[in-house]
Amino acid sequence: MSDFKKGDFKKISRRTLVKTGIGAIAAPAMFALPTQAQTAVVKIGHVSPKTGPLAGFGEADSFILEQVRGILAKGLQNGGKSYKVEIISKDSQSSGSRAAEVASELILGDKVNLLVGSGTPDTTNPISDQAEINEVPCVTTNCPWQPYFFGRKGDPKKGFTWTYHFFWGLEDVIGSFLALWDTLPTNKVVGGLFPNDADGNAWGDKERGLPPALAAAGYKLLDPGRYQVMNNDFTSQISAFKAAGAEIVTGNMIPPDFATFWSQAAQQGFKPKIVTIGKALLFPSVIDSLGERGNGLTSEIWWTPNHPFKSNLTGQSCKDLTDAYTKATNRPWTQPIGFQHALFEVAIDVLKRAKNPTDPKAILDAIVATNYESIVGKVQWTGQPVKNVTKTALVAGQWQRKNGKFELVIAENKTAPNIPMGGKLLPIT
Amino acid sequence: MTEWLNIILQGVLIGGLYAMFAAGLSLIFGVMRLVNIAHGDLIVLAAYVALMVTTSLGLDPLTSLVLVVPAMAIIGYLLQRLLLNRTLGDDLLPPLLVTFGLSIIIQNGLLEWFTADSRKLQAGAIEVQTFQVMQGVWVGALPFIQFIVAVAVIAGLQQLFYRTALGRAFRATSDDQSVAQLMGLDTRHVFAMAMALSLAVVAIAGVFLAVRANFDPSIGPARLIFGFEAVIIGGLGSMWGTLVGGVILGVAQAIGAQIDPGWQLLAGHITFLVILAVRPQGLFPKVSG
Repeated sequence: MSDFKKGDFKKISRRTLVKTGIGAIAAPAMFALPTQAQTAVVKIGHVSPKTGPLAGFGEADSFILEQVRGILAKGLQNGGKSYKVEIISKDSQSSGSRAAEVASELILGDKVNLLVGSGTPDTTNPISDQAEINEVPCVTTNCPWQPYFFGRKGDPKKGFTWTYHFFWGLEDVIGSFLALWDTLPTNKVVGGLFPNDADGNAWGDKERGLPPALAAAGYKLLDPGRYQVMNNDFTSQISAFKAAGAEIVTGNMIPPDFATFWSQAAQQGFKPKIVTIGKALLFPSVIDSLGERGNGLTSEIWWTPNHPFKSNLTGQSCKDLTDAYTKATNRPWTQPIGFQHALFEVAIDVLKRAKNPTDPKAILDAIVATNYESIVGKVQWTGQPVKNVTKTALVAGQWQRKNGKFELVIAENKTAPNIPMGGKLLPIT
Repeated sequence: MTEWLNIILQGVLIGGLYAMFAAGLSLIFGVMRLVNIAHGDLIVLAAYVALMVTTSLGLDPLTSLVLVVPAMAIIGYLLQRLLLNRTLGDDLLPPLLVTFGLSIIIQNGLLEWFTADSRKLQAGAIEVQTFQVMQGVWVGALPFIQFIVAVAVIAGLQQLFYRTALGRAFRATSDDQSVAQLMGLDTRHVFAMAMALSLAVVAIAGVFLAVRANFDPSIGPARLIFGFEAVIIGGLGSMWGTLVGGVILGVAQAIGAQIDPGWQLLAGHITFLVILAVRPQGLFPKVSG
């Protein structure tokens, strides 16, 4: 182990030497611009899904990148030196293999110093794996930590060396869903809809997912089994839920599947009191597309404009950030925006603190030492729940129609009391 | 017992949608041996055209068909006349590659234009209207209308094929292109008319799909597979066969789902493979080779 580290260090110092050397050669050219005496370039590689089925998660990227690039135009100050920061952003096309491919291009071709990425296990896992193999520091977000950690065959005792992640986990979803349901009287019979994909299998897992936790909390979960995504018919699930008298429906679905289920439920005369679905109900555009039938649906909440945090990069509050987004793009805010912003906040904070922002080991040390108040809350890797993961706040809430517009109201904050409540859970009428 | 009845009935109703996905594919393959990989994306394109029509003119989705169907037919005619006709020849590969490229262009064009937002057409109260046939058996108004429309579309195509001059031209070109040309048929025009008709059906399928569930630019290919399977089960070039193929597929999936939701799509695929193995020409083939 120690030998490995030594060899590793040697290789890195040689690489650094070459870079510094190039910097020194290039330096005379910079004399023409004495105010921008930048000696070296730091490269950040960024991967996110901008096209394909997951494009909603990468939707805010160009806005966030523009903002961050604007701030970095003056360069990055570190230890009295100024560095030029270049962000190279690539599209994963919503595919895991494509994400791995572009991550490897960024590492081997562009020789990035730090890799960042976001947006479901299909992005975070392949790029983290590439970073781990190639010994490049990597920070990711926007994927529950179990699919991230266990999906990469992580061992909680050892963890990973080069890759770190911030987001919430399944235990938070379960906790906030249960706290939400406890606020309304029901018969505690729950119908479960879990697709046969990474999220669905993790949520429906008999040991680590919803089933054991719901049973422990006195809820009876009816799980007909994993269905295939892009399903056209949920009749058999609906019949099973109806037969069991389920008053709550939960699960993790993609928007088209949920819309199919929800109109079939109405056509089959199935009227649950509470419908709490992960993933499908995050985006306002989806709720708007459901029209009347969107009112009263519930979802997990990662982040809203009402969260009590602010960006230490731009000084914006959550509301300021979403307002700027809406103004720039003319589109409603979405939950990933906060995390996309926080990802670059953390990356820049790390590069500022690193002893040498072009040295992988120094950057890694800076990541490990992170103690940063971001727009999604505190980011600090303390070893909980596992070495490479730190958790952000998660609450749950309801889409409620007010004056013809849907609003996401935080209806439960038991799992994160620092997030202010917005209202009470109302049964679907 | 009624539970099974209900499930099979829902499968039959969805079969109508599959048949509409399939009818357009079957039609153009029958006439010009063109396998349209972009068919699924054209369904999604039709859904977006309907979205534009409904939001800008405030029309009901079903009423919007009055505009969407001709619009898609014109797109189909031009697409065939300007692009796809140039790819047709002895080799099956060029049209395959071109439609594959078209599929990618449509997806990314829609993404650029409409963003990745998940959309849906609002049909109002009819979406959730339902009637109870008997205890435990429900039929939604929308799936019912969808099935009736599918049957009407298939019947209409069948009539057109065997009762009109255009249908005769389609059949003649399908049987022997060079002889048809010798008889004075402009095959370029015949092909373009076939594609126009195919996209008119696609328009209807797209609107029903968009009322049923959410759509976004990337869902086309996932819908394409059911169309292909329905065509193969029913037999190439046969319109009623396509409807039967769609219904068989829908029912097989429904029964699979009732046994275990994981088997839903698998049951459909297995049925397809079994029919392909036992009767490669499909149940009601009209075209050989």
